Amino acid sequence: MSAVAGKHDEFQKLGVQILSISTDSHFAHKIWEEEELSKMTKDGIPWPMVSDGAGSIGKIYGVYDENGGIDVRGRFLIDPDGIIQSIEILTPPVGRKVAEAIRQVKAFQHVRATKGAEACPAGWEPGLPTLKPGPDLVGKVWKVWKPTE
Amino acid sequence: MGEATVGCGRPTGSVMGEKPQPKGETVTATVAGEVRMTARVGAKAPDFEAPAYLRGKFMNVKLSDYLGKWVMICFYPGDFTFV
Repeated sequence: MSAVAGKHDEFQKLGVQILSISTDSHFAHKIWEEEELSKMTKDGIPWPMVSDGAGSIGKIYGVYDENGGIDVRGRFLIDPDGIIQSIEILTPPVGRKVAEAIRQVKAFQHVRATKGAEACPAGWEPGLPTLKPGPDLVGKVWKVWKPTE
Repeated sequence: MGEATVGCGRPTGSVMGEKPQPKGETVTATVAGEVRMTARVGAKAPDFEAPAYLRGKFMNVKLSDYLGKWVMICFYPGDFTFV
């Protein structure tokens, strides 16, 4: 969570509201934020820390681990229409890379801004060429886009 | 989304739009051991309402209150664990 907090300015600039959710109570969230996270971050945690005590939210999002009684790591990017655009789910021992989440936000926002007229190919970053799907592009992607690392 | 009062019980979140269960009837939607996942890309994010903590205050968060904004939900295994 502190890794996401470190990039919160960037999420804010992109107009992204963050919600973190675990099965801990909101009372536990308060103490964790006050005792630890506030010391690991510049201004503490600036978004609502949601409690999913019964796991009912985790279940419907497919991240609830019944054996452990926990929600595993899962990141869901939701657009202004309430549509899920991206999902990433990991088992607990490996953390997320926040920069990838930000890249995806920028890519999905670009696609939305063009009303779907442009698509962002693999490895796309702002400034790199996009694809304009249509009959003329079929079989001709090689002309306009080269795979990169 | 005003400040929530703090009682002695431990409130928890609930998924919105679920059919109310008549008393005395068991939930049949989840067969033993099977968890149905309904969140998927390209589909509406399931709405929920749950208690939350933000900057010294307790509040209720409802996902649909954020319609019109980009939202990133981050589930994580638990407080006091590393990320």
